[in-house]
Amino acid sequence: MSAKVNTMGAAGARPDAAFPSGAPRAGETVLSVEGLCVGYRGEGGSRVPVVEDVSFELRAGRMLALVGESGCGKSVTAAALGGLLPRGMSVDGGKIAAAPGILRAGRGLAYVFQDPGQCLDPVFRVGRQIVEAMPRADRRRSRERLAELLEQVGFHEPERVARSYPHQLSGGMQQRAMLAMALAGRPRILVADEPTTALDVTVQARLLRLLADLQRKENLAVLLITHNLGVVAEVADEVLVMYAGRAVERGPVSMLASPRHPYVEGLLRALPRLERGAGPLEGIPGQVPALGRRPAGCPFHPRCALARAECRERVPEWREAGDGRALACWVRGGGGR
Amino acid sequence: MVGELQGREKLVVEGVSVRFPVRRGVLARVRGAVRAVEGVSLEWAPGETIGLAGESGCGKTTLGRAVVGLERLAEGRMRIGERVLSEAGRAVRRSKEERRLIQMVFQDPLAALNPRLPVCDLVTEGLAEHGLLRGEGREDAAVRLLEEVGLGAEALWKYPFEFSGGQRQRICIARAMALRPDWVVCDEVASALDVSVQAQVINLLQDLKARHGVSYLMIGHDLSVLRHVSDRMAVMYLGRLAEVGPAGEVVERPLHPYTRALLAAVPVPGGVRGAGRRAVLRGEPPSAANPPPGCPFHPRCPLAKEVCRRTMPELEDAGGGHCVACHCAGEVA
Repeated sequence: MSAKVNTMGAAGARPDAAFPSGAPRAGETVLSVEGLCVGYRGEGGSRVPVVEDVSFELRAGRMLALVGESGCGKSVTAAALGGLLPRGMSVDGGKIAAAPGILRAGRGLAYVFQDPGQCLDPVFRVGRQIVEAMPRADRRRSRERLAELLEQVGFHEPERVARSYPHQLSGGMQQRAMLAMALAGRPRILVADEPTTALDVTVQARLLRLLADLQRKENLAVLLITHNLGVVAEVADEVLVMYAGRAVERGPVSMLASPRHPYVEGLLRALPRLERGAGPLEGIPGQVPALGRRPAGCPFHPRCALARAECRERVPEWREAGDGRALACWVRGGGGR
Repeated sequence: MVGELQGREKLVVEGVSVRFPVRRGVLARVRGAVRAVEGVSLEWAPGETIGLAGESGCGKTTLGRAVVGLERLAEGRMRIGERVLSEAGRAVRRSKEERRLIQMVFQDPLAALNPRLPVCDLVTEGLAEHGLLRGEGREDAAVRLLEEVGLGAEALWKYPFEFSGGQRQRICIARAMALRPDWVVCDEVASALDVSVQAQVINLLQDLKARHGVSYLMIGHDLSVLRHVSDRMAVMYLGRLAEVGPAGEVVERPLHPYTRALLAAVPVPGGVRGAGRRAVLRGEPPSAANPPPGCPFHPRCPLAKEVCRRTMPELEDAGGGHCVACHCAGEVA
């Protein structure tokens, strides 16, 4: 971990510390990421970049969706926030900074991952695992707090769920138990990495609604990692689209109705929709470049219909496009400054 | 293509049930059965694509496997015209020709491809086994098949791990198509793929259908994908068919409350925002080992009445081939 990076521990790193006096107000920035670069040492000792120059802010009571296809670096970005990068990977540059007094007091980051079955310990009852994640102050009244948490995530019979072993719960229930565990540490920031991907649509709908409710009630800053643009439109406030390790377009969720970056445009066109009826889909030709084989210039240029000479040579600059939107594209980025 | 389809007969699934024994205790005695598929009847016409939708555990994959002949039937039978493919209680071994006719593409291509065989062997294995190489060299046949799915000759001597998910799925499709089947069961072929690649694979399947006149049984949970490719759509719940009909009809005028809930749960970019729009379904699907009496959907159904708790609704035609199994079909909550 390089020295200039200020990373904090995972949820409840120091649970016994006093809570900060002032909770952040809705909309206040609780975490900012600037120019984050993550990489690992490849064969021959050269650095292989995984995430390059990604910046965003998380605000209390708001949900930012990090969207992209597999291999775009969205999960690595999320892992970097909590210092959970896989072995061998490290932050090569940039800054992850929390607002003062927010994360230091143990009101940390909590994660919810894609596969709840793998995150829960199969040999302990669910209740015990949730209590384990509570700060010391809450453990004195752990029973009440446990019931409160389980009710918060929509369980009608908290006692029964607390007594169950993970295998006795369905996938949707396991994911809600994970959410309760994440909330047990009284986090300020919740990072949800593909939380609904393993769930059926009907269960997914309920979990998303729950997530949106919690974000509002608990004033949580939520970072939602997903590949599903439909999910994003449903619950997120802001969207950041990544491609091959770089941020390509950012904006309020309404930007999905009129994307500017050709990749985002292509993604939305490739999406099958109920109302469009039968007929061929417009895929994006080619495929996402493999790690270590990313092209020079704009990472999307080999698949882009609009690509021109400068796209092949230089990485596009990140340009603000008004209304909180920004994108990195030589062709659509608007006139240079 | 049309000429090829003429004279072909329908594949008929008649009252098919598939059950898996539940064994318990030290002696592993059979203590019950998971009723994965219960009394499903479906006609599959040549050249037709049927989209089979449902949540996980509803039996859609088991039904697909039964069609291919990978599951033993507990009830019912399956036939093409008068030729019986499988039948309950009788060991019908499918002939080589019958096996050639029905192929399957599985959900996880990495699991479906032998990691120790190069692509050349993988795609021509079936041809060699069925003696269909006909003088053509194995390599030539492989190149021809790979080109058909948009892969080049450079793929010939590579191994499965060297490809991306979308390319692996193309290899699986090439292998299934190698035998020139009439019927292909596609089990969640695109659900593990990224959106941009998913569209490529779906378009490839459509191309192959137009070129060779195959019929697909597309199994999936993504209703928007199924809507794109299907002529008819079937919705399964807890092993039974809840609704079957022309794809447009089922999506635009769903009659079964379960189909409506499924459709309402699909998140749409640019659609009406907010969780309030969706009618979120209560509870979760019950266990297939212990299905509720009456209509299997009644514990979660917003329209459930007394009759739903007692009597199982039959699949009935509501007009124009749009069939539904519901006592309250078409009623609004």
